[in-house]
Amino acid sequence: MIEVKGLSKRFGSTQVLTDISAVFKPGMINQVIGKSGSGKSVLAKCIVGLHVPEEGEVLYDGRSFHHLEKDEKRQVRQEIGMLFQGSALFDSLTVIENVMFPLRMFGVMEPGAMRERAELCLQRVSIEPEKNKLFPSEISGGMQKRVGIARAIAMQPKYLLCDEPNSGLDPQTSIVIDQLIAELTEEYGITTIVITHDMNSVMETGDNIIFIHEGRKHWQGGREELLHTDNPELSAFVYASGLMKRVKKAMGG
Amino acid sequence: MRILFHIGRYFQLMGEVFGRPERLGVYWRRIIEEIDLLGVKSLGIVAMLSAFMGAVIALQTKSNINSPLISDTLVGFATRQSTILEFSPTIIALILAGKVGSTVAAEIGSMRVKEQIDALDIMGVNSAGYLILPKVIAAVLIFPFLIIMSMFLSVFGGYLIVAATGIISTSAYQTGIRMDFMPFSITYALIKTEVFAFIITTVSGYHGYYTQGGTREVGISSTTAVVYSIVAIIISNFVLTKLLLA
Ligand SMILES: Nc1ncnc2c1ncn2[C@@H]1O[C@H](COP(=O)(O)OP(=O)(O)OP(=O)(O)O)[C@@H](O)[C@H]1O
Ligand SMILES: [Mg+2]
Repeated sequence: MIEVKGLSKRFGSTQVLTDISAVFKPGMINQVIGKSGSGKSVLAKCIVGLHVPEEGEVLYDGRSFHHLEKDEKRQVRQEIGMLFQGSALFDSLTVIENVMFPLRMFGVMEPGAMRERAELCLQRVSIEPEKNKLFPSEISGGMQKRVGIARAIAMQPKYLLCDEPNSGLDPQTSIVIDQLIAELTEEYGITTIVITHDMNSVMETGDNIIFIHEGRKHWQGGREELLHTDNPELSAFVYASGLMKRVKKAMGG
Repeated sequence: MRILFHIGRYFQLMGEVFGRPERLGVYWRRIIEEIDLLGVKSLGIVAMLSAFMGAVIALQTKSNINSPLISDTLVGFATRQSTILEFSPTIIALILAGKVGSTVAAEIGSMRVKEQIDALDIMGVNSAGYLILPKVIAAVLIFPFLIIMSMFLSVFGGYLIVAATGIISTSAYQTGIRMDFMPFSITYALIKTEVFAFIITTVSGYHGYYTQGGTREVGISSTTAVVYSIVAIIISNFVLTKLLLA
């Protein structure tokens, strides 16, 4: 479980996040949604400790991350997997080396066992074994995301953060990635936070949804309630597309 | 004030680079890769420039001797002295600042803008150490060999031009390069080389590491890295010369 309490972050004089509190539960897809520029990525980076918030704290199963000692922080970080908006695979390493990287840096496994574990992770995200020796630049964007997921789960994380896992992907591939994340989350009881502004993926997998608008939390709830919201900002976000407007009509709204 | 900010942040980064090493086994492989990238891949350009440099010094010295009282051995002597004291350690370091510095800054800078450094940090890897330390070690190990090679090739370049043009006799040149040899001058050159190797890799690593923005900024950091490295080399060359020879 990840808890965010009264988190505020600003850069210079621009206030990006204001007093955000939320609880992210294990074994389900917790989604953070909001318009572009609303502060979702900054929130994700505050949660994993890449940004230090001015106020508030982030608790990993009760451990307040920003108050931990250096070594304890390192310990928590090894329990976090993150999938970046642009995959962030290491260019100079092959697909399998990328997945083996965290194991090599921290694992206590024999080289053979590391390779096996990496192969297993890649298999889990449906990367064919013949792709393992290619470099990230030689595979498609969708495959890069999958390799990114494989790398994120290599260390069997307790927490998984995904920043826009399906940006730049076609709708079909997006759903495959969303479902893959949902399956892994359930399978291993991971506390998963997915940042997204894609309504498709909200309707597909969002269990616990948090809506951020101009750096403030405006709403939290499940996907059913989302469709019946009377919050004006959220409503504008949800029913932005023609498709969703038609859904609303069909629901009699 | 900007420069003070950079200096402060540079030393802070160095604290991280040399602070907490990752596993030795992991570093070992990275160092070997960096030796290849930063050292072996610079062999060609260093060799070629050195030979030409030596040839030019020999020609220049001879064409500037007007008095018949000055012996032809001065040509060999001057070539050797300027090669060992300044041309090889300093000029080659400036060339390497251009070649190695831009490579290092561009590589680390593009890792920054593609969030790969964030990915390292999230995993709990000491990203500054993992990325910069192997480069520093590799350069400190391999640059002295490049510079020694440069010295030989420069003096040899002088010999070739003397033999080819006959401006003086080759035996006078050979006598000249053996005249009044001070072994300390080699030590002095190598001390400078190590300092420059450190400057080039850390200054460029610094600029790459703190790149902000996108690909355009990677280009800018790479240029700034080269400029700052060159300035730092020139200044520390002056300081070292004053300390070691004066
Ligand atoms: N390092 C930074 N320095 C200064 N301002 C920043 C920084 N990072 C983000 N911001 C600002 O914070 C605001 C929120 O940015 P953020 O990246 O969190 O948006 P986002 O919700 O993730 O948008 P998108 O959906 O487009 O990814 C933006 O106005 C941005 O300019
Ligand atoms: Mg974002």
